[in-house]
Amino acid sequence: MAVMSRALVTKDAVLEVKDLRVDFHTYAGDVKALNGVELTVKRGEILGLVGESGCGKSVTALSIVGLLPQNAEVVSGEILLEGRDLLRLTKEEMRLARLGEIAIVFQDPATYLNPVINIGAQITEILTSDRRRFQVELVSAGLKDFEGRVQGKPLSPALEKEGRRLRSITPSSRMRRGEVKRLAKLLALSYLRMVKLPDAARVFKMYPFELSGGMRQRAIIAMALARRPKLLLADEITTALDVTVQAQILRLLKELKEKIDASVVLITHDLAVVAELCDRAAVMYAGNIVEVAEVKELFANPLHPYTKGLLEAIPRPDSRSELKSIAGSVPDLLFPPTGCRFHPRCPFAFDRCPKVAPPLVEVSPGHLVACLLYGG
Amino acid sequence: MKGRDGDLLTVQDLHKWFPIKGGLLGKTVGQLRAVDGVSLSVMKGETLGVVGESGCGKTTLAKTILKLIKPTKGKIIFDGSDVTDLSGRKAMRLRRRMQIVFQDPYASLDPRQTVRSCLTEVMGVHGLVTSRRESEEAAENLIEKVGLNPDHLLRFPHEFSGGQRQRIAVARALVTNPDFLVLDEPTSSLDVSVQAQILNLLKSLQREFGLTYLFISHNLAVIRQVSHRTAVMYLGRMVEIAETEKIYSEPKHPYTSALVSAVPIPDPSRRTELAALEGDVPSPVNIPPGCRFNTRCPYATEKCRRETPPLVEIAPSHWIECHYDIDFPSMKRSDLERGLISGGERAPE
Repeated sequence: MAVMSRALVTKDAVLEVKDLRVDFHTYAGDVKALNGVELTVKRGEILGLVGESGCGKSVTALSIVGLLPQNAEVVSGEILLEGRDLLRLTKEEMRLARLGEIAIVFQDPATYLNPVINIGAQITEILTSDRRRFQVELVSAGLKDFEGRVQGKPLSPALEKEGRRLRSITPSSRMRRGEVKRLAKLLALSYLRMVKLPDAARVFKMYPFELSGGMRQRAIIAMALARRPKLLLADEITTALDVTVQAQILRLLKELKEKIDASVVLITHDLAVVAELCDRAAVMYAGNIVEVAEVKELFANPLHPYTKGLLEAIPRPDSRSELKSIAGSVPDLLFPPTGCRFHPRCPFAFDRCPKVAPPLVEVSPGHLVACLLYGG
Repeated sequence: MKGRDGDLLTVQDLHKWFPIKGGLLGKTVGQLRAVDGVSLSVMKGETLGVVGESGCGKTTLAKTILKLIKPTKGKIIFDGSDVTDLSGRKAMRLRRRMQIVFQDPYASLDPRQTVRSCLTEVMGVHGLVTSRRESEEAAENLIEKVGLNPDHLLRFPHEFSGGQRQRIAVARALVTNPDFLVLDEPTSSLDVSVQAQILNLLKSLQREFGLTYLFISHNLAVIRQVSHRTAVMYLGRMVEIAETEKIYSEPKHPYTSALVSAVPIPDPSRRTELAALEGDVPSPVNIPPGCRFNTRCPYATEKCRRETPPLVEIAPSHWIECHYDIDFPSMKRSDLERGLISGGERAPE
């Protein structure tokens, strides 16, 4: 609850993406994947980044974590994590940022776990790779466990010694390898329990192939949380899962939101998932953010013609109505349309649309839209 | 379920088991029971939705019905005659009347074949046309029916988007002028805005040609849009079949009710606690004894772990496969076990 109330009081930005342009160099030419993305993630919120395939959701996420493929080039822009420009970091600094500040969880959990190392080792690797950072946490997990064991019992000399030792460890003090290993396991188990994996001690020893899709996704989320990130990017994390398992994971995310001190960017193509879970949402189309608003506002009062079309095109599980579709299909970003990239499909397009790229403007408090119909 | 008048397709106690070979000698060491006793019927002109999670046997069911694979046991009755063991020329004639659209239009179209030859090839195989001109006219006609234009006929699949490809796949299925179409996840690989286009196209084609659909999907929202009746499948069996509105408004089987309430609703003002079933679907190689849903059912009793429930009609054309006929969400397992609501338990048929 403490986290929640703080989030409500200080809604400052954790992440600001400013005018981000990314090109992919291919044999066929330059694919202009991101065309000036503007995005702000506030502290403690879950932001939904929603759009159809190829709109640049994942490229945005990969740019933030610095994992763009070799043929991608950041043409311009800034990605500010608490004011620090991630695009200016060296490789090593970026690696450390990924270890401790930003974490990403991908769609297909089978691909992102190491198949020949057990789950426990994969988590403890994270917990021990930056020792100074995690020493505090390791020790506090150890102390918690110690207190649990000794509760109400008279202390034997051995236990007393262990307690003294644990209390004496400071962030900079040296620890024996065995001790680190034991404490890291304790801490890893607590993360596995946090993501509600049944029988955490057994899962700790299991290999990825022994887990079901839902359990693997939980294990990956545990690994992401183990880094105590300020920002968690979740890229289509429920897309590969069945509905009942998707419901389990969404429920888990809801519960975690109260527990962890991180902002979450939930990337998805599914507006229903956004409606269910997010505080705010940003709609992307062909490399641009076209609309940003609080989720309730966005669904009740969509402004951009694309958002309107998208909302009318989704089949609803709670009622049966004629679906309206958006004519045409997503443009080829090798040759993106001029001006507003949505104008060839837009039922409201007028003479200026092919000429002017609309900026993202705030039309009412917190509701931004990039469309010439609303000025700009 | 018996065949009735007005049924185009009736499936009775259909089984498809795949043997699992193992050991040095390649002996059969087990059976994967993909479809394990399915009975259903599809009326002329209706859409029967089949919904279930991955691995529940939806696609195997479709393939078995179309006789693309041979059933292990059971009967398939199409338009009044038993077609289970048809082969050769008779099977070919049947194929003209039953066609399929697959999930992935990137895989189901030959990349080295133009759209025209993709369509005219089918006409040739079935001997539907006598001259080249006739086949080309038919192809032009069809491509317009699915919302593309004749210029597209000379192109190759890679020149089309996913939605357009799926239109081509639909056109190919319509070449033989079938009565019955199996749509196996036809929109799952498409984006929402395009998905709506394809769903609307399928609806209008159904009206125009009087088609009967078996619509397979894992997406409950899609099923609700398109189907008149819905069958819910779990581990190779139908657990509930009813009119679509009934399935969503008063689901009777605990699996259906869990499935329906697990779907997020695209309306932030109506956030509810998503009902999450515990655990995962058991493997179809080791199907639990008794009711196959008992390992995940929050209401499972001793009886459920022992006896397989029969498929019974609890209201006109509303079938469920469950020992109990009660309003599950408001009940607790302990009530069932204590026999407080024993009135809900049915006598075995």
